[in-house]
Order: sequence, then C-alpha cells, then structure tokens
Amino acid sequence: MKEAELRRLLAANLLCAGSIVLTALVPALFLDGFSVLGTHLTWLCICSVCVSVLNVTLCLILKPSPSSKRSSLSNKISRFLKCCIYFFMSCILFHAIIVLYGAPLIESVTETFLFAVLLSTFTTLQCLCLLGPNIQAWIRVFSRNGAMSIWENSLQITTTCSILGGWFGAFPIPLDWDRPWQVWPISCSLGATFGYMAGLIIAPLWIHWNRKQLTYKSR
Amino acid sequence: MQRWPVLLFLAWVCFLFFSGIGLFMSGFLLTRIELANSSSCSDPLAPPPWDKQSLPPGSCWVPQRFPKVVLVIIDALRFEFALFNPAKVNPLPYENKLSFLHHLATSQPHHARLYRFLADPPTATMQRIKGLTTGSLPTFIDVGSNFATYAIQEDNLLAQLVQNGRRVVFMGDDTWEGLFPKKFFRSYFFPSFNVKDLHTVDNGILQYLYPTVNSGEWDLLIAHFLGVDHCGHKHGPDHPEMAKKLTQMNEMLRSLVDHLGNDTLLLVAGDHGMTETGDHGGDSQREVNAALFVYSKTPLFGTDPPEEPEAIPQVNLVPTVALLLGVPIPYSNIGEVMAELFSGDGDTVSEALQQLLVYHINAKQVDRFLHSYSLVAQDLPAEQLQHLQELFSSAVEEHVQLLAQVQRAMLVSPELESKLRSLISRFQLYLRQARAVCTQSWARFHPLRMVGGCTLIAASCLLCYVASELATVSDSFYRSCLLYPLLWGLMTAVLRGLACVFTQEELDLLLLLSWAAAASLLGFFWHWWGRHPKRARLLGSQPPLASIGLRQRLRVWLGLAFPVSILFFRCGAMFSDSFVVAEAQVAPFLLASLVMLLIGKLHWDGHLTVPEGPKQQALGFSSYRKESWHLLCLVAVLLVCVRLSGFFHQCREEIPQCRPSVFLPPLASLRNTRAKNLFYLLCVALLAGLVYAVRSWLRHYGNLNSSDPLVLFVRWGFPLVVLCIACYWAVASSAEDSLGKLQELVEVAIIAFPWAVYGLVSIGLLLLLCHPMTVFAKDSRESAGSIVTPYQGIPSSKVDLLQVIPQIYKRMQESEKSRLERRSCRATVAAYGLGSVYSAALVIALTLLGFLLMLLHSERLSLAFLLLFLEAFVLLHIHTRARSLAGDTEPFSVPWFSVISWLLAASQFFYSTGHQPIFPAIHWNAAFVGFHLDHSTNLLPAVLVGANTFASHILFAVGCPLLLLWPFVCEMPSSQKKKSKREPQEELQTVDEHMMEMRLRESPEKFSTALLQLGLKYLFVLGAQLLACVCAAVILRRHLMVWKVFAPKFLFESLGFMVSSICLLLGISLVMRVDCAVSTWFSQLQLR
Repeated sequence: MKEAELRRLLAANLLCAGSIVLTALVPALFLDGFSVLGTHLTWLCICSVCVSVLNVTLCLILKPSPSSKRSSLSNKISRFLKCCIYFFMSCILFHAIIVLYGAPLIESVTETFLFAVLLSTFTTLQCLCLLGPNIQAWIRVFSRNGAMSIWENSLQITTTCSILGGWFGAFPIPLDWDRPWQVWPISCSLGATFGYMAGLIIAPLWIHWNRKQLTYKSR
Repeated sequence: MQRWPVLLFLAWVCFLFFSGIGLFMSGFLLTRIELANSSSCSDPLAPPPWDKQSLPPGSCWVPQRFPKVVLVIIDALRFEFALFNPAKVNPLPYENKLSFLHHLATSQPHHARLYRFLADPPTATMQRIKGLTTGSLPTFIDVGSNFATYAIQEDNLLAQLVQNGRRVVFMGDDTWEGLFPKKFFRSYFFPSFNVKDLHTVDNGILQYLYPTVNSGEWDLLIAHFLGVDHCGHKHGPDHPEMAKKLTQMNEMLRSLVDHLGNDTLLLVAGDHGMTETGDHGGDSQREVNAALFVYSKTPLFGTDPPEEPEAIPQVNLVPTVALLLGVPIPYSNIGEVMAELFSGDGDTVSEALQQLLVYHINAKQVDRFLHSYSLVAQDLPAEQLQHLQELFSSAVEEHVQLLAQVQRAMLVSPELESKLRSLISRFQLYLRQARAVCTQSWARFHPLRMVGGCTLIAASCLLCYVASELATVSDSFYRSCLLYPLLWGLMTAVLRGLACVFTQEELDLLLLLSWAAAASLLGFFWHWWGRHPKRARLLGSQPPLASIGLRQRLRVWLGLAFPVSILFFRCGAMFSDSFVVAEAQVAPFLLASLVMLLIGKLHWDGHLTVPEGPKQQALGFSSYRKESWHLLCLVAVLLVCVRLSGFFHQCREEIPQCRPSVFLPPLASLRNTRAKNLFYLLCVALLAGLVYAVRSWLRHYGNLNSSDPLVLFVRWGFPLVVLCIACYWAVASSAEDSLGKLQELVEVAIIAFPWAVYGLVSIGLLLLLCHPMTVFAKDSRESAGSIVTPYQGIPSSKVDLLQVIPQIYKRMQESEKSRLERRSCRATVAAYGLGSVYSAALVIALTLLGFLLMLLHSERLSLAFLLLFLEAFVLLHIHTRARSLAGDTEPFSVPWFSVISWLLAASQFFYSTGHQPIFPAIHWNAAFVGFHLDHSTNLLPAVLVGANTFASHILFAVGCPLLLLWPFVCEMPSSQKKKSKREPQEELQTVDEHMMEMRLRESPEKFSTALLQLGLKYLFVLGAQLLACVCAAVILRRHLMVWKVFAPKFLFESLGFMVSSICLLLGISLVMRVDCAVSTWFSQLQLR
C-alpha cells in the first residue's frame, strides 16, 4: 500500500516537474520571441496556469484525500468558490509580504503580483488541492508531526522548498553582474521554481529514505 | 549583586576589541596630514643668481622652457602596453599596439623617450590623480581641513598654474571635476562611473581634442582617457577588445602629434597599471608599472636614450612640469625633477649648472616641506629627518661655494664638470632618501599588524561567545576569567614597557596595548581551559546529568542554527562590494527574514496553536491561540515599520538610478509653503505623540506617581523639550527673507533653542543619575493592614486600574514579616511603579537621547526616529511574546534571536536616518546645531557629527538591557493564572506573585549574570560583523573598490562598534545605578 502510494506520488511529482520544464520550452514553438528571460511575464502566466491545471487534474484523478461524505452540488460549488477566494487572498497576502520584504511598491506591480501568483500556485494551490479550504487542517499539516500521509509530507517539503527558493532568489539582485536574470522578479521567480522542482524531486526520495520513521497517525 | 565585576568584565572585553581595531587600523589605514601651505612665485628658493640673468616675465623660480604642455593620461596604461618589441612574432593583444610611440622614439631619439612610470600604492585612480598633481603620496585618509568634499585642498600643479594666470583645459574622466572644482579654463567632463562602458569618455574626448589643440587657448591641456582601464575591468588585458582600444589610442596619438606646435611638450602617461585580471589598487609589479612617454618637436635630450627605459616615480612629474612651465613647485611635492629635460642645448658645463639649479630649487622645496610637516605631525622618524637635514645643508653649502668659484672662473672645465656631477648625485641622493622616508610612513600596508588586529578581534569574539555560554557567576569565575587575565595583561604591559626602557626603544603605546590585550586573552583561554576538565569530570560522575546535558545542548544548537545563519549571511554580505553598497536593503531584508523564521519555527513546534484537546485531536484540526494572533499582528506592524523606514534612505553614487529620499533635506529648502507647514505640523504632532506615549506607558506602570524631581521632569520637562525643538524647527525652517526686521531675533533664537534643549536634556540625564527611582511608596503601616494579603492596594487599584498598578515587593514583605512578627505589629508598604523601575529609567534615558538626536537631524527625519522607537517597542514585544509562547524556562538569558534582531534593527536604522558608510554622506550640518559657523575646538563638532551619524547605534545600544527587562515588565497576570490552574497545588503561592522586575532583584546573582551575558552576546554579534568587515578589508585590499567601498565601510563599522560598545556599557551601568538606588531605598524603608 505504502509503496504503491509512494510510486504514485513520485509519478505525480515528476509529471509536475516535467510540465514546468515544458512550459519553458514548448511556448517558444508557438509564440514569436518567447523566452523565459525575455518575455518573463508571459512565462509566469503560462507556468502558473499549467501547474495549477495539472495539479487540479492530478488531485481529481488521484484523490489523495478521499472525502468521507458525499456532498451535494451546491456544497461542491461553495467549496470551489471558497477555494477561489482563498487562492486570491493568498495572492494578495504574498504580494503584501513581498512588498514588505522590499519589492518596489508602485513600479512593476504586475511583475510583483505575477510572482505572488506563482508562489501561490506553488504553495496555496497545493494546499487547496490536498486539504481543501480548511485553514485548521493547513495549520496542522505545517507543524511538527502534523503530516498524516505521504501526500502531506510531500506538501510540506515542496512548499518549504518553493518559499526558500524564492528567498534565495533575492540574493543575486544587488550584485553588479548586469545579467538579464537579475532583473526583478526574474531571479526570485526562477528561484521559487527551482525550489519547487527540487522539492518535488526531494519529497519522494526523502519519504523513501525515512519510511521506517514515518508512522502516520490514523485518520 | 556584583556590579563592578560585571562592568569591569565588559569594559575589558571592549578594550580587547578596541586594541584589535587600533592595531588593524594602524596597519591598514595609511594616513597623512595635508598641509594648507602653498608655494608662491616670490618664495626665496632659488640659489644666488650666478650668471646675473633675471627671470623672463611670466616665469617663476626658473625660466620657463615650454609655454604649452599636453598631458595625455591613458588610465591603466601599463608599461608593457607602451613597449614595442619588433622582434615579437605573435604579440599578445596588448603588446606592440602603440607602434607610433616606438616610431617617434627611434626616429627622433633626442625628441622622444619612454620611461617606466612607477605609481605609488594605493593604485586607485583618484589617489593617482592626486599624486600626479600634488607630487605627494596620497593615502586613504589625507587628514585635511575639510572632509566634506573630495576637492584637493593641498597645493597642486593646477592651483599653481591658475595662480600664475595660465589656462588649464581638461577633457575626460569626471573624477577631476570633484577634485579640482572651478580650476579649469574650459572643461569637458564625461561620466566615469560605468566600468562596462568603454567608449563614451574616449569618443567624447576625441570629439573635442583636436579643435581645442588647434585653437591654442590653453597652456596645459589634460586629456584623461578611460577606455583602456574600463576594458581591463570588463575583459582583462588579454582580450581582443584591448587590442582595439590600444590601437585607437595609437591613432589618437598619431594625429595629436600632427596638431602640436613646436613649442609644445607632449606627455603621455598611465596613472597605474593593471593585474592579469584587469584590476588595480594594490602594489604588485603589474599594477605599479605604468608608462610615461615624453615628446617635443624641439630637441629635449642631450644624450642618447639608455638601452633599458629608465624607471622614475610618478611624483617626479610634478616638479618637472612645474619648472618646465615656469611655475612654482607645489608645496607638498616630494618628487625629484627629471633633470635631463632641463639640459638645454649648451655645452656640458652649462648643462650641468642648469641641472644643478633645478636640483637646488627642488631640494630646497622638499626640505621646506619636510620641515613644515615635521612641525605638525610626528609620523616621520626624527633621526632620519635629522640625517636628511644634514645631507641637504652640506649639499647646498657646497653648491653655493661652487657657484662662487665658477663666477670667479677658478676652475677648469674637466675638474669643474666632475665636481658638478658629484654634487648633482648628492642632491639626487638627498631627494631620493627624502622620498623613501615619506613612502615608508605613508604608502605601506603593515601586513603583520593587519593580521594581528584580525586575530585579536577574532579571539575577542570567541571570548565573548565562550564567556556568554560560561557565565555562571561565582567568585571563582571572576577570579579565573577576569582577574587573572587582567593580571597577565598588566604584567605583559609592564614587562614590555620595561624592555623598551632598557633597550631605549621608542615606546609605541598601541603596540604595548595590543600586547597586553593579547596576553590577557591568552590568560583567559588558559584559565578557561583549566576549568574545563574539572567540569567534565563533574559531569562524568553523574552520567544521567551528562546525557541530559548533551541532549539539551543539541537542542540549543538547533535553536541557534536559524539566527546564526542569518548572522552568517549578514557577515558574508560584507565581502561583496555590491552587497555593501546595497546594505541599506540587505539589513531590513534579513531582519524581516529573521522574524519570519522565528514565527515559522514557533508554528512548526506547535507553540502557536491551542494545545490539542482530545476532541480536536480526533479531528486533526488545530487553531491559533489568542496570544498567537497578537504575535502575528506585532510581526505585521514590525514588517510595515521596516518597509516604511526604507523611505528615508540616502543614496550612494554607485547606484546611479537611486533617488535620495525626499525627507532628507531640511524643511527650509522646501519651496511649497503649504507642504512645509503640513510637514512641520506632522513632525511636531508626532513628537508630541511620542511624549504622550512615553508618559502613558510610564503612567500605566505606575511610574508617574511620586513627586521626585525626575518624575516632575518627565511630567513637565518633556513637553518643554518638545516645545523648544518645535520652536527651533519653526525658526530654522522659516524663509530667511520673510522675517525682515526680526532677523536679529532669529539669529539669537536659532542658537538659544538648541541650547535650551541641550540644557534640559542634560538636566534630565543628571537627574536620572542622581535619583533614578520613579517609585512612589505608600506607607500604610500605621493603618494596620492585614499581613496576609500582600496587595494592600488591590481594591483601589481595581478602581483606577489604568492609573496605577500598585506593586509590592514580596521579599520585602517577608523580611518585614519576620521583623514585624517580633514587634507584633502589622503593616505593609505599597510601592507604585516598583515593578518597572529599571525599564522606566531606561525608557526615560532613551527618550531624552532621542530628543537630542532628533535635534541634530533634519526636521523630517524625526519621522524615522518615531519609526525607530515604534519598531524597537514592537521588537521587544515580539521577543517577550515569543518567549512566553515558547515557554522559555530560562527567563534570565536573552535568546540569540533577540540580540541579533536588535542589532539588525540598529544597522537598519543607521541607513534609515539618512546615512551611508561613505564620507560625502555624513551630515555635516549637525555640527552647527546651536552654533554659528565657528568652533574653537574640533572635539565638539566631532561629537555632534558622531552622535548624528551613529544615532541608531546609540539608541539601540543604550536600550539593549531592555531585552532582558521587558519580559519581566510584561509579565501578565493572566499567564500566571493559567499556570496556577495547571498546578492547583501551587495556586496559593503563585497567584499573587506579581513582582515583575523585582524578580530580578530577588536573585541578584542571576541578575548580574544575565546582564553580563546579554552584554557579551551583544558584543559578540557586533564583533562578528566587525570581524567580517576587517577580514573583507584584508582579503580584498587589492580590490578595485577597496578605497571606495570596503575601507569606508570598515571605518564606519569600527566607529559604530566603539560607539555601540560604550553606549552598551552606559546602558548597563544605568541599570546598575538604578539597582543601587533600589537597594538604598529598601534599606531606608526597613530602617523606618
């Protein structure tokens, strides 16, 4: 059971990572002059959309958190709307935090916001897919011994890695190398993306290595 | 409580750091004193005229040989670039490119010559330009009369030319604009900052060069090309771009020579060389060897060129050009004339006589300079000066005698010639030795001292860490860790001093202190090591204890990892010039990250959530506690403060797109009257708000009830200070012309108000020192209250809870109890504000200092100060909350997280009060707050400017003990109740224990340890930053940016360290002073 689930997790994560690589390569075939650095905003949009679509699909297919009770249509719709609101709010919150960290306030609002959307995609959306619009569950997952399945463990790792990646991405900005990727927010979004991908790859491996220690509380 | 040992220990640690800084500085910072004297045409320097010839009009000292000179400076023209070797088959990109110079030198050997042009380190462009125009050896700090501008204050070639009515035309590098303001007859400056830009400057010069040369409206034309240097920085010398650039220079020279007249001297010089990577700044052979090429269409040299080009120091250019153009040699020149350029076209004897004349003048000028310099500074060794003086006077004497003999025609030609030659060589010897003496003391790093300083600082850091972990206060601790090391140090100092006396060496105080510091450090580590095994043995005897210790230590290490990693990033940032330049953004970023990390960690450990009940556990849900929401709100406020403080930044020239904050200039410079009024009102309102906040805080804790002079001062003096500041701002920011008749009154007011503030603040601080207690004791012993309830005033305090929270001291009660039981009399004492007596004193001191520092800044920076106070307050609360949430078991030790965030906030506000670690960014205006433009001493303005510059360092360092005190002040009755609920059996004992800071007094030993530990931690973090700066300066001393970025950063950081550590000591001693007062108060109470 556990091995099979781990394999599913690995497949899903590799799919996600692969899709991000594809978003960097494929659009160049359709769009003139597309490049990750040159038309960064376009790439940000494409990447966010692809990752979210993929995640939602995966979530629907794999059903890592089977809902215990059947719910009515209206219930589902309200859940969906709630998810949308939560996602939007997390975008705003990330935007605010990024600005508080020193991003320009008025100039390049679009860039900052799209970066916030990307971060939300990598973090909030995963939480929404896995845990639903349920803050208490989120709080529980992100604490010591809070994970109840390998999916939640993976969630912990990818989320932390994305945010750390974004944080480290800010480091090269002040350097005087005059590289195109030092422009705000390219280094940060690239950092977050690399962090996310690293998290996707690390998570199954880490769980695999620590499978003896990981005992989940019964639900 | 052991007060003196704690203070002594901290002072000793500070001394260790200071001696390290001093030792390092003496090895790293080359200093020199600039003389204000300047040469003039009428100076009697020339020897008695031997041929009775008078000077032609327009010449000084000697007849001018060239009316016009073109000086082409090709930045970073290494000697190898100018050398042409036709035998080379496959030249490197930088070789054999200046073929035209070679062509001139070989086809006209008497007209042209190439020299090896030896630059003196530091080989940075600005220092080199100074050297090439003053003829001296510029160091990092040329102590002159004015720090505020880069302009050269010393006598220089350009000043001499202008003084004698010559026209100087300049084109090229805009560094010259700052160095020689208003000296140029005509100038074409081009931006030099962008190192990546190879062509702007060069093409700009080429556009103007030939028309200017043709117009003839100049006497000295300087063209400073930057392309080669920039190419070196961008690509390195070994790159095809360099070949292109040098070829361009070659073509430029070819067409320039075509445009020159016969009466013009052409000098092509490199100001320094470059390393294989294209950098410069240090003293390696490649950086020091530049090229100099001399050419004229009239014959210059009497002899054929030597096989190997001669090497001449760069300073020699100045006297040569000055005398060739017939102007006086600049006063501070230590260069030697290039005599072969003065040979003329006579016979060998008259040639030698002419050369002797210029040598004589040159030597006299150098001697005059050395004499004046030795009067103001002692850094040139006396006996060497004496020796030089003897050399000089004997040579001059002989010269005069020789001249007399020549005049009487007593000597025949060959004998005369040999005599002249030997005399010339003696003058040369004198000049070279003089230069060597100066070089020795001005232009050498002392690597040994630098390493020694580094080691001292590093060892002191280690000591801080070790001692802060160790600090278990006992007599043996002080004996082994303070007394013995001090004795070691003292002994070494005495021995060393005696050795000096016996060997009659000159006693270098700095070295002596460093030896003492090193010895006492060794002593500390020796004794610490001696104690170590004992402890291990002690633990070994109790195995379970040891394992617990290990686990605990592991946990401590893990907890340390986050704050220390942030500190590590901060120190690492000192090693990159870009990060030093961007530090104004780096510090807030790291502060925000540190706080977020703290929150994340608390959350991860589950301290923020409600402890899981059985029901919640089943659902797997958890929610936040109420206190956690408070904490999150505080963090949000902190982040907003941090972000807002970014609006007060000053700019550095390294970031061209940066715009300085609009809040920095004083209100007086604001044109819009309405905006001015609004800003003024806002500033005053916020100032009043600060006073209100402080007073209500004090009132909340019951510190405003007594009628002590200090409390009265807080009540009435604070508003008065604010009033004075507001009036001063109003007067200072009013438009000058609008007041008309009141002008005289304004003149008085602009002095009087700052003085009123100074006076009031010093009265306040004095009161604080004399009566630091803000406690109101309500003695109710007559009214026979019950001894059982320790709170005499509970009912009344509930009525006016916001007004007063009466505090009672339990131990007091107990001692009273024992005494009173004997007397069988029941009484109690209610003391208002006793629980926050320490913090109250600190808060009052901080507010007073805040007023003083706000006065020294421009009006609108008071907003930044208010942000500072708010942020410090929020930080203290976050620190308190985080500790109470995490259930910290050690209330007496301040966690590293808090200390590091406190210091990050300090450096953040250094930038947010409009400062930058560069000299032009210093707010010099602060020296004239309360003074008209005259100061009798240099000390007072230095103190004012220093206080202005290090305002945030001062405030945060003085406020540092609050980190220890705040959790006690904020001790919540609610948390006490919660605890008591959990442990119902203890309820009776704990429920009423609301002692706040008296908990500290209850265990005086722990209190003093805690203060010591806090101080050591603070010094450790400060010292780690300093160490990073020092190491960066050592490792990167050859870096391009060392004199522009790293050295100023090091200087500011070390000054900041000194200010911080002294203020820390003051803050801690204030706490001790309060403690003394509290003790006497208790003893008086008991006596009553």
